[in-house]
Amino acid sequence: MSEIETKAPELDSGKREGDDRTFTINFGPQHPAAHGVLRLVLELDGEVVERVDPHIGLLHRGTEKLIEHKTYLQALPYFDRLDYVAPMNQEHAYSLTVEKLVGITVPRRAQLIRVLYSEIGRLLSHLLNVTTQAMDVGALTPPLWGFEEREKLMVFYERASGSRMHAAYVRPGGVHQDLPPALVDDIYAFCDPFLKVCDDIEGLLTNNRIFKQRNVDIGVICQEDAWAHGFTGVMVRGSGAAWDLRKSQPYECYDELEFDIPVGKNGDCYDRYLCRMEEMRQSVRLMKQCCALLATTPGPVTADNHKMVPPRRAEMKSSMESLIHHFKLYTEGYHVPKGEAYVPVEAPKGEFGVYLVSDGTNRPYRCKIRAPSFAHLAALDFLCRGHMLADVSAVIGSIDIVFGEIDR
Amino acid sequence: MDESLNKLGAYLAEKLGPKQTSFQVELGELTIEVKRDSIPDVIAFLCDDDRCRFGCLIDICGVDYPERDERFDVVYHLLSPWLNHRIRVRATARADTPVPSIVELFPAANWFEREAFDLYGILFEGHPDLRRLLTDYGFQGHPLRKDFPLTGFVELRYDDELKRVVYEPVNLMQEFRSFDFLSPWEGMDTAIPGDEKAGEAPDRKGDA
Repeated sequence: MSEIETKAPELDSGKREGDDRTFTINFGPQHPAAHGVLRLVLELDGEVVERVDPHIGLLHRGTEKLIEHKTYLQALPYFDRLDYVAPMNQEHAYSLTVEKLVGITVPRRAQLIRVLYSEIGRLLSHLLNVTTQAMDVGALTPPLWGFEEREKLMVFYERASGSRMHAAYVRPGGVHQDLPPALVDDIYAFCDPFLKVCDDIEGLLTNNRIFKQRNVDIGVICQEDAWAHGFTGVMVRGSGAAWDLRKSQPYECYDELEFDIPVGKNGDCYDRYLCRMEEMRQSVRLMKQCCALLATTPGPVTADNHKMVPPRRAEMKSSMESLIHHFKLYTEGYHVPKGEAYVPVEAPKGEFGVYLVSDGTNRPYRCKIRAPSFAHLAALDFLCRGHMLADVSAVIGSIDIVFGEIDR
Repeated sequence: MDESLNKLGAYLAEKLGPKQTSFQVELGELTIEVKRDSIPDVIAFLCDDDRCRFGCLIDICGVDYPERDERFDVVYHLLSPWLNHRIRVRATARADTPVPSIVELFPAANWFEREAFDLYGILFEGHPDLRRLLTDYGFQGHPLRKDFPLTGFVELRYDDELKRVVYEPVNLMQEFRSFDFLSPWEGMDTAIPGDEKAGEAPDRKGDA
């Protein structure tokens, strides 16, 4: 043999021995692009991702277990702490579920306030997601601009509920307190300048060469796969499905308001980004309609049912009956009729649903929280396979995950 | 709404035959109860049939009723975005009787089933990778079962001497108190403190 064999014999798979360079790396749990406490175990062949195994649960607080030990009202604040980027949307889902089981409807003014704050929540979430997604692929300015707006929105939260994030404002039976008229005016005044900020952020990103190189054709998912993976919200709209619970299964007064549903074409990270940008504009449109309607719709903000909603403070000073109701509602709470209900809302991240099983007492027997990001993160392996390592952070940014609701 | 769901329920009862044991429409939601072993068949039918087309698996979760023989409910929520309706499918299971997995039909079921296994200990037969999901590495027990205490069994702290975190049995500084606040005249099934002597009182009188 004159020539020395330099190559290893070929294997069945067409690869040569020694070509197998698969190695495993650990991504997170403390990683700036992990959007929280996500630990990924990545199997890489060179720089190509072969398998992604997300390890979640580092923020597991046992929310569902705790809720089983609380009265229906005491369980409410846990929902702020799920998707802490848009707290009131979660409270809304829970309140709707309890109201469905009890069978009460909330007054129109309360509905408008709920819609207004749901849309503020959508802005909060999309602003955070769009801008941090940009940060994950290398742009530093968008988060600075976006967070300035988020701060203003959180002030609106604070002025309504007293708290920037953990509002506990949307409650079964209505909302906790009425909005001061000045606040409604200020929210209206916020809307138009905000559209300018949207344009500015889009000016930084939409045609940005680096941003497009990092997002176009990355994390593509077709509509059929998206449904099979349990995707909802922007994740299916980016793939071309015109599906939005606010339109298809309307709750509160969404069916009376005008707004459009942006739909993507290609199902990649870039289309999802475009959908989110357009959704923010539509949210502003909704907010303006709500502000206008609130100015012309006076009235109560809680249902007129004192077996469930506590009486007003002033009444308690003079009415013995009110005092008794207040005491009973804040110790025993109200009893919810036996039964079960699942109510979803279109949260910023997708379908957020609450499945409540009631056994007729004052505490939920079972409360299952269906978080949209949970299903989205579960598909990370599917989305990332065959991509480069650097694309993993772009995909994580684009599926919009928040660990409060994934780990519960 | 209810009418169309009733129709759908009756249609399913006819098509699924003995696999479906009953259906109800309550609060505008259709629930069908099916036999545990036929879960994959039923879900596949619901997914493919032209009048159902439940192509999106929304959720799988467990519910625990410790007083029953088959203590767990396994509840599936499905959505049809094309026909715009929802359905709830329910089966029962014991801790030692596995439920057939539907990961083959819906990849979304993978994590939902892992979660139900983790929190309730419901076994899913045919699941490719039935590991714990939400609880800690090496966790023991299934925390959402009704007989699992709210405080858990172990607590975690950083040990400065060992330079690592250590698990210790839970040590409550104050006794765990559970207030149910149920009004005695509605729904309360335990004796009010002091009431347990009510039955004894006449006897004692008789003795004296």
